[in-house]
Amino acid sequence: MTRFNAWNVLKNGFINQTGWQRQWRDPVLKKEYDVVIVGAGLHGLATAYYLAKNHKINNIAVLEKGWLGGGNAGRNTTIVRSNYMMPGNHEFYEHSLKLWENLSHELNYNVMFSQRAHVNLFHSPAARDSNARRYNTMLLHNTDAEFWNLKKLKKTIPHLNYGPNARFPIMGAAVQKRAGTARHDAVAWGYARAADSLGVDIIQNCEVNGFVRRANNIDIIETSRGQIKAKKVGFAVAGNTSRLWQMAGLDSLPIESHKLQAFVTEPLKPILDQVVVFGVGGAHFYISQSDKGGLVFGGDLDWYKSYAQRGNLPIVQDVAEAALSILPCLGRVRLLRHWSGIMDMTMDGSFFICKTPIDNLYLNAGWNYGGFKTTPASGWHFADLIANNRPNKIINNHDLKRFEKGVNIDERGAGPDPKLHG
Amino acid sequence: MIRIKCPYCGDRDHSEFTYGGDGSIVYPELDASVEDWTNAIFFRKNIYGIQTETWQHVHGCRLWLKIKRSTITHEIESIEPAHKEIIKMVKNK
Repeated sequence: MTRFNAWNVLKNGFINQTGWQRQWRDPVLKKEYDVVIVGAGLHGLATAYYLAKNHKINNIAVLEKGWLGGGNAGRNTTIVRSNYMMPGNHEFYEHSLKLWENLSHELNYNVMFSQRAHVNLFHSPAARDSNARRYNTMLLHNTDAEFWNLKKLKKTIPHLNYGPNARFPIMGAAVQKRAGTARHDAVAWGYARAADSLGVDIIQNCEVNGFVRRANNIDIIETSRGQIKAKKVGFAVAGNTSRLWQMAGLDSLPIESHKLQAFVTEPLKPILDQVVVFGVGGAHFYISQSDKGGLVFGGDLDWYKSYAQRGNLPIVQDVAEAALSILPCLGRVRLLRHWSGIMDMTMDGSFFICKTPIDNLYLNAGWNYGGFKTTPASGWHFADLIANNRPNKIINNHDLKRFEKGVNIDERGAGPDPKLHG
Repeated sequence: MIRIKCPYCGDRDHSEFTYGGDGSIVYPELDASVEDWTNAIFFRKNIYGIQTETWQHVHGCRLWLKIKRSTITHEIESIEPAHKEIIKMVKNK
């Protein structure tokens, strides 16, 4: 793999860019692997990378039904933040943010991580108080957090609707300055390239069709490209976790698949330097501007269970209404695309990185709305679990037994209704 | 938009309804084990295909419906009232 650095850029300028190599190989499927990860999305690729890098396991395959990064990796709004409060979650998300801060160097790939601040607007004293509680908890755990008053907010983000006619006048904002956005494709490609250079086989167009179990293990994985023996198997297929789970002969999960839409407008000149979040009176809206200039935004789930990767129109209307109530200046901006991805919505809004009833099967699932930001930590901790066959302290309660044990990790306090954990 | 043919109000947009979730859950007896209750409340088949679910016609008759719908295509297979006895009570009044 040719490294990206100033010297190579300069050199290739002289030799007509012929000195670059393929970013990753298209390897032939081997008969046997130490670890097989199902799903070459962000989490699967990151897991393979950290298994090879941190745990020196090199005989790894990542199987992908379509092309790498073609599922939810390419369907998110690329927000990265760590404003979580519950034990287990705040350590995990903060660890993720720290990994993001060095990710471009670590992968030798520019993931365009931009710490542009995450601005969470509030519109009532109650919302201010609950934000104060959350952001104070973050400060106690050495995560950066601050409050902006109206004066500072108006100066920093002048285009929001501060007018006297606003249905929900803005009172201020809770802000995490180290939060921001990254380039989603670059993250997938960066991890794929780095994992591949450590010897990981990324097998695209290889669908898993079944499992042969022996005793309490998965012995053989049946794929569209033949059979593979695997010593350990990891699932990282959020959205379709239940389907694969049942293919492995297991039963139910605390997960429902719901779809979430996202939108992007035509490119505009710089208008919004931060990630802005608006949530009041049943509305939910988050927006940022990509480096290309498009405004990237999203809202709520489509409210009913679905595996269809296409959104419904009532939500398009809801999101457009929220957009105009908070940023009226967008009234004449045209929508370029909108799309939908399938979320693993869980019963308490938190994820699973855990062992399973099958001895050599490990589960990475249940990312709700928030899988993108967790990519580095998800891969890091899932690799740690697979390599050491035990959960570490941080993810100790992120297992399937937490409901029975009564240690639900419910950030919102919304209860066991997956669609409410947005 | 999904069109839902409410047995009382007729063919309507799904935006008139709220989604209730899995309609196939059978809750155990009150003194059943923690495991049984955990399974009923927290664990789902998450069916890929036709599933039974509940919807409430909140902007219409406000009654609950039991609907069989595909989670892949959103096509509806059947619709019936969730509590038939309520209708009988209303009609007999």
